[in-house]
Amino acid sequence: MKYVIAVIQPHRLDAVREALAGIGVQGLTVSEVRGFGRQKGQTEIYRGAEYTTHYVPKVKIEIAVEASICDAAIDAIAQAARSGRIGDGKIFVLPLEGAMRVRTGEMGADAL
Amino acid sequence: MLDTGNTAWLLTATGLVLFMTLPGLALFYGGLVRADNLLSVLMQCFAIACLVSVLWLVGAYSLSFSGTGPWLGDLDKVLLRGVGREAVTATGIPETVFFMFQMTFAIITPALIIGAIAERMRFGAVLLFSALWLLLVYVPVAHWIWGGGWLQTRGVLDFAGGLVVHLTAGSSALLLAILLGPRAGFPDEVRPPHAPWMTMAGACMLWVGWFGFNAGSALKAGGDAGMAMTVTHISAATAALVWLVIEWVKFDKPSMIGIVTGAVAGLASITPASGYVGPGGALVIGLTGGAVCYFMVGLVKRRFRIDDSLDVFAVHGVGGALGVLLTAIFMDATLGGVGLAEGRSMGDQLGIQCTGLVVTLLWSVVVTFVIVKLVQIITGLRVGAETEEQGLDLRTHGERGYNM
Repeated sequence: MKYVIAVIQPHRLDAVREALAGIGVQGLTVSEVRGFGRQKGQTEIYRGAEYTTHYVPKVKIEIAVEASICDAAIDAIAQAARSGRIGDGKIFVLPLEGAMRVRTGEMGADAL
Repeated sequence: MLDTGNTAWLLTATGLVLFMTLPGLALFYGGLVRADNLLSVLMQCFAIACLVSVLWLVGAYSLSFSGTGPWLGDLDKVLLRGVGREAVTATGIPETVFFMFQMTFAIITPALIIGAIAERMRFGAVLLFSALWLLLVYVPVAHWIWGGGWLQTRGVLDFAGGLVVHLTAGSSALLLAILLGPRAGFPDEVRPPHAPWMTMAGACMLWVGWFGFNAGSALKAGGDAGMAMTVTHISAATAALVWLVIEWVKFDKPSMIGIVTGAVAGLASITPASGYVGPGGALVIGLTGGAVCYFMVGLVKRRFRIDDSLDVFAVHGVGGALGVLLTAIFMDATLGGVGLAEGRSMGDQLGIQCTGLVVTLLWSVVVTFVIVKLVQIITGLRVGAETEEQGLDLRTHGERGYNM
């Protein structure tokens, strides 16, 4: 099993959700987060004065998948989230040691 | 002789002008500060409104509008003594209505100043400063220009408060911002406006309220009020468009905060002229008001590095002063105005307007300086660094603007 964390542009969330559903990902967790990468924040102008926002709003998606569909999931996220412009985000993949469905007590891949 | 039509309009106008401060100005300013300082701004506007109201009754009204002394009114109408239901002014409105109408001007003027000191001044210091400022700056200037004092005798024209309201507040605000010092991190690290939509809502209330402010200053219902309302609206719309175009050209993005700030600049600029000029004059006043105020914002903040946080001087002080000068020009009958006084040339009137402007400016900054030094000794001016960092809402008032 793999744990995939993707930090993406907020407005791409729906596209990513649909793409993941399309390859059979059953659920995901979303958080609104702020951060920066090489993009280094953004500039806003109010009354002629520039304000630098160091932390740009992003959406963080977390999914747990079987190793066999991990690459497909990464592709799905990347394709749905990509605009080609700076700030499209990042995808991280971690090995996942275990999982449990709280209601039934199922363990491992059955719990996903 | 009581005039019911005039009375009905002035009752309405009084409500409109109070609405400019509560909640118009409070929201206009509130949207421009960071989220942790929202309540402090709303609170300062509200508390100043209450404080000034009581002071107005206790003595400020009498010192402004009772008696004929050149420098200051008298104390005959302290606590509205002798002013009963039957007391009527020259335009046939009850004196209680005139008292209330003028009170709403006295409320918004010190409230304007808090835009310059937002996010860093002690609440107690704001209240003490406002009380002293009302009595020592607003009251004398109001008497000089509106209450039969020496500047009115000289012929200074300020229909609805370009000098009495906007220049006194704007120039005092600038000095107060200098003496108080900038916010931590100014100019590069201060936080952007937390709710531009709130600023827009507040600006709209100001705009509507300004009809009461300017058209109400005719002190009667009729053609003067109608024209004052018309020129007020035209100037606001024109200045808003000017601001929009400048930003569009300069930054490629016409901003909402920009367009509403432009409208307020146009409103401040037309204020002193609103009873004297025609729609053509209003167009020019709106054009110049919008452009000049725009460039003053940049000059004060970036060139002079003064943290007049919400641009009180650049928008209100400069707009009001500009309008006072342009009044002398566009009141000319050939330019669509009411016409210059008998035997007085445009140059004469311009000279008189300059006198009023310089006197108001000097009095405002000199007296403000003394008041600030006094308040500094009594309460201290600034909140601590930790409070400033965490925001005034929680540390000073024990509340949050948003519990989310």
